Amino acid sequence: MIRRPGRLALAGVLVAAGALVVAGALEDTLTYYRTPAEILSDPDAAGERVRIGGDVVPGSLRRDGETVVFRLAEAGHEIVVHQRGAPPDTFREGEGAVVEGRLSPDGVFRADHVEVRHGNEYGPTGAESPDAR
Amino acid sequence: MHVLPGLESALRSMRGGAPADPDREIMRTTTVDLAADTPAGAAARRTTAWTAGGLAAAAALTGGLLAPTDAAQGQAQRLMYVHVPAAWVAYLAFTVVLAASLAHLIRGDLRWDRYARAGAEIGVALTAVALASGAYWGHLVWGTWWAWDPRLVSTALLLLTYAGYLALRRAVAERTGRDGADRTAAVLGVAGFLLVPVVHFSVVWWRSLHQPATVLAPERPPIDARMGLALLLAVAAASVAALCVLLYRVVRLSRRHGPDPATSASRRREPARVG
Repeated sequence: MIRRPGRLALAGVLVAAGALVVAGALEDTLTYYRTPAEILSDPDAAGERVRIGGDVVPGSLRRDGETVVFRLAEAGHEIVVHQRGAPPDTFREGEGAVVEGRLSPDGVFRADHVEVRHGNEYGPTGAESPDAR
Repeated sequence: MHVLPGLESALRSMRGGAPADPDREIMRTTTVDLAADTPAGAAARRTTAWTAGGLAAAAALTGGLLAPTDAAQGQAQRLMYVHVPAAWVAYLAFTVVLAASLAHLIRGDLRWDRYARAGAEIGVALTAVALASGAYWGHLVWGTWWAWDPRLVSTALLLLTYAGYLALRRAVAERTGRDGADRTAAVLGVAGFLLVPVVHFSVVWWRSLHQPATVLAPERPPIDARMGLALLLAVAAASVAALCVLLYRVVRLSRRHGPDPATSASRRREPARVG
């Protein structure tokens, strides 16, 4: 038998090793969404169900019957999104959003689920700083 | 730190761990051990409970009436005054589990083990509150009750870990007939804390739907002063209320396990009301 301090140290090392293995295995799935640039440059992404995150480009939002059309931008890259169904009430131009769906061969991302991704700034209406998203 | 004299001594005794000398206890008139099962301890705990109640009332008024409605999120943002305190005080409670489990492992004193158990119970309850309020907030603002997002998944993992810790304690206690005699739970209580930084930094390390921290951020983004005040009051209320529950539980567990041999003579005769 290993002495008590040794056993404690062993348990600690085992827990740390286990945590590393779990974190490593989860590395890919831990990325909740991908960026427009990653999707557009990845040939395997077409047809796969993915999530894309970015900011809704101001002026790009329009409604086309059941479909909501807008562009998502992140770090200078944009992707056109055709969303089927109404997005949440908090969905606005200039705010962040995550969409879930598939990239069509024509380069349009067809989404059926929108989540609004808001910032960590809080304040009343009219008190927004100029750079507030 | 100038809070209550009783708080200071409680913190000191939680750190130091040496049982108070009965003779000295009579001499001390200004400071009271908040976890002592004596009338003075019960009175001090009642004072703490009233403080928590006052802070909670102030937080409710500030958060409900004084703080403005958020420009982007509307009334839903007020859930912050429940969600954030629950999450932070859960972190605090798991810090108590970590410190008390270490003290229990090193000193073998069951007194610390009671703090660990009470801390884990409070932490699990508050993590559940944070998850529930967060789900509702997410429903209102994100448009989804749940997302397989690093912050949400790691928080659920944290809840499961400490629920497992409590289940392990129960299982061991039922097998051995004594609670806290086994050190396996204490090791889990220490190891489980590894998840707390993972939860907190998950929004920084990985891409997340959850917004990053505002108040605990290195460069603080703007938050309206009245909203900040409401949040501060809510965190203070939750912290003091959690301290109350912790002390109440520790006193109850000490009674259930029987008094410490050194102090049994004086304490058994006059059980005090728990405040």
